Amino acid sequence: MAIASEQSKGIGQAVHRKEDRKLLTGKGRYVDDLKLPGMQHMAIVRSTHAHADITAIETSQAKAMPGVTAVLTGEDLEFAAGVPCASNPTGEMVHPVRPPLAKGRVRHAGEPVAVVLASDRYAAADAAAMIEISYSPLPAVVTPEEALADGAPRVHEELDSNVALVLAHSTDNVDDAFAKADVVVKQTIRNQRLIHVPIETRGVVADWNTASDELTVHSSTQVPHFLRTFLAIVCGVSEAKVRAIAPDVGGGFGSKLNAYAEEFVAAAASRKIGAPVKWIEERSEAMLATCHGRAQDAHMELAATTDGKVLAMRAHYVQDYGSYLQMLTPLISQLTLLMSPGAYAIPEVDVTVTNVYTNTVPTDALRGAGRPEATHAIERIMDILALELGMSRTEVRRRNFPQEFPFTTAIGLMYDSGDYEGTLAKLLELSDSKADFERRRQEAAARGKRLGRGLSTYVEVCGFVPSDVARSALGLTPGGWESSTVRMHPTGKVTVITGTSPHGQGHATSWSQIVETELGIPFDDVEVIHGDTAFAPYGLGTYGSRSLAVGGTAVHLAATKVREKARLVAAQMLEAAADDLEFSGGTFSVKGSPDKSVTMQEVAFRAWQAFEMPEGVTPGLDETVFFDPPNCVFPFGAHGCEVEVDEETGKVEITSYIAVDDCGNVVNPMIVDGQVHGGVAHGIGQALYEGAVYDANGQLLTGSLVEYVIPSAVEIPSIQTHRTVTPSPTNPLGVKGIGEAGTIASTPAVVGAVCHALGVRDLDMPLQPETVWRAMEKGGTA
Amino acid sequence: MKRAVTISVNGVSHATGVEPRTLLVHFLREHLNLTGTHVGCDTSNCGACTVWLDGMAVKSCTVLAVQADGSEVTTIEGVSANGELHPMQRAFHETHGLQCGYCTPGMVMAAIKLLEANPDPSDAEIRRGLEGNLCRCTGYENIVAAVRAAASGVTV
Ligand code: FES
Ligand code: FES
Repeated sequence: MAIASEQSKGIGQAVHRKEDRKLLTGKGRYVDDLKLPGMQHMAIVRSTHAHADITAIETSQAKAMPGVTAVLTGEDLEFAAGVPCASNPTGEMVHPVRPPLAKGRVRHAGEPVAVVLASDRYAAADAAAMIEISYSPLPAVVTPEEALADGAPRVHEELDSNVALVLAHSTDNVDDAFAKADVVVKQTIRNQRLIHVPIETRGVVADWNTASDELTVHSSTQVPHFLRTFLAIVCGVSEAKVRAIAPDVGGGFGSKLNAYAEEFVAAAASRKIGAPVKWIEERSEAMLATCHGRAQDAHMELAATTDGKVLAMRAHYVQDYGSYLQMLTPLISQLTLLMSPGAYAIPEVDVTVTNVYTNTVPTDALRGAGRPEATHAIERIMDILALELGMSRTEVRRRNFPQEFPFTTAIGLMYDSGDYEGTLAKLLELSDSKADFERRRQEAAARGKRLGRGLSTYVEVCGFVPSDVARSALGLTPGGWESSTVRMHPTGKVTVITGTSPHGQGHATSWSQIVETELGIPFDDVEVIHGDTAFAPYGLGTYGSRSLAVGGTAVHLAATKVREKARLVAAQMLEAAADDLEFSGGTFSVKGSPDKSVTMQEVAFRAWQAFEMPEGVTPGLDETVFFDPPNCVFPFGAHGCEVEVDEETGKVEITSYIAVDDCGNVVNPMIVDGQVHGGVAHGIGQALYEGAVYDANGQLLTGSLVEYVIPSAVEIPSIQTHRTVTPSPTNPLGVKGIGEAGTIASTPAVVGAVCHALGVRDLDMPLQPETVWRAMEKGGTA
Repeated sequence: MKRAVTISVNGVSHATGVEPRTLLVHFLREHLNLTGTHVGCDTSNCGACTVWLDGMAVKSCTVLAVQADGSEVTTIEGVSANGELHPMQRAFHETHGLQCGYCTPGMVMAAIKLLEANPDPSDAEIRRGLEGNLCRCTGYENIVAAVRAAASGVTV
């Protein structure tokens, strides 16, 4: 690796982003900014029932409305397959077939039933309002408890019960360990249902050229290549004729890690009417029909000694799948199972997950995807254990950290590298002393405020995923590699084509930094192309904090390959042996005679000319690498915060927040900090504000941003970010992921702080004022 | 029935007919192709659609185009002149105040007006001033930093 010089924009520098200018000046191109000739706007009529048979659809009035091109129902559109699910953890799970437009039956409020295509969005909405659908309602199951009850109505009649899948993992001596324990603590810990709310909703523009049978789809997606594959399978067209493009994407957080019914319907509708079709989701639709997240209860039990050593854990989770399987629905609770022991060396574990269908929106990945659930449960129960033992919450954690890495957990995961003590020690060093806190606590009590402090020490798994692990441990259809092309142009500029699909993460900047470091080509001479299946080799996209560890490594390896080929050409140009060349700052020179040198740019020009190429070396400098990681990566850290609870109103204010994260080597510290900020805010949202609520009939009560509160700048405190650096041995860059760590860490830290303030064991999220106030009324003491 | 309106947008006068129910944001985006102004909700919560109407920051999803008849509208496309970023845009760039960029035009429009009203705000005043603009990516930390930097004129 070349050493970064002072003006370097290479690896490790806080380089300002090259993506910013267009986004700051209104020149970004998001899906809704696209207009195609003859394009029709699609409006969707959705089920008003949680569970019902469709008895009639009356469309004649809608068809007669001005500007309407077509009205289509499930009977009008042919699909070769249902909405896909790419995860089958045991390999034996039945995937119920879900047609993209409902046929005969609906299973959640908001399921698409009919669509209108019209000349503009107002005309489409007007006509959609004129479609009359008659339903014969069926009894609905809205919660897992209802779904698991004897004789419960079944969400999928063809299945024996509402239990979709049971996962289990246990070691041999769990019962013994519990029998021997000095203390046993037990608690049910809930992760409520959440909605992602990227500020840009979903949207798609599908253009099926009926003459050439080519389909071009622009979609607000995190996974354009998966989308292409699934469009081909579901719409029954050659994958070679499908082009999927993710233009600028306004956030995803897992909600756009999917291939949705609406994307298939837009494509099929475009084929049907012979014109491009645009669908832009309304926010109220997004709440009602984009997949949700979390919705998992954990029944936790720990067995420990009086000196705080955890001997065994029982963890029984119940995951609400919702009504259907989206792309990765079954994967999420499986990740919870894998990370159930968290950052602790727990020798004996007994873990089960019961996954249940309900008549609600399907759940799937939401920032953290299964790991926030696992972390919240284990961190909360560790706090409860500390309380039970009368030990400090830091001490009980410290006594259970693994001491050596790599560390293999009782689940069988191998945590690649870590120094959990180190991040915790740094957090404590940055925090107020206990005495200071106690003094402030007393002062606050005098003004009607209760202070509390909380912390979490997390580890998470990301950088998904070695392909064989994808199959054997996760039951995924695709593997987990990533691709990159590094292409040098004759003029010495570089194009990187990446299989990752950023939507805010700044890959164009970070990948350019990697290229500058590897090739010595200035940052500003590197362009990064992503998100277009017509250009890019197959890429698996951006999710699960995988992009740098897998995709960034692919960029690094492709650049290295370019450099090593360039070395051969340079040797020929310098009439020296390749081994005698040094490479530094973008220049090859002969060892010992530094004036005999050529720049990378000169080599690129010569390789393009292909004059006097060395024996066996092909023209050009253009390398593609597919990188399959040997392991996942395991970022970790310690987060702490302080809260102030108003005794009269129950309102919680976070007065300080300190994050200490270790994500291995850092390519761009500015971007890493930004990811932590955003992640922490998202986790605070779960702890204090957010929660999707259904009524007893399966109607969503939190159907807009009025009822479903995502935090504004007023609710989020200033977030201090700090780091330790423990490189990962898993990839040559030594990097881990950071996109989800903040979300994983912050939720339990905040809930722990509020529980500390109130002197209670646990509280169900979100900790809105009413919940907190009622807990105080019930007699939590300071 | 269309109504005749004359709306000046970024200094250019547009005399045209609009349906009375057309939202200002749709007029800007779909009639004038000024797609820098975004839509993020249908309840006036997110602020992605923030523009200036006669010098005031407004949510353009909450204004009808006909209400802007005779008015001057400025959108994000009209903020920077001669290819130079506005100091607020520069501050967002330098403090990493944006990630996906979807909330950003609205944030910038709101932030500039915030400083016009209060040139030297505290962090708490910045946070309160931006309460109507939601961002799901940044956790607001660097947005607050951007406004602070723009206020103190420390951007390069
Ligand atoms: S679009 Fe959300 S406030 Fe205007
Ligand atoms: S930068 Fe993505 S919503 Fe603000």
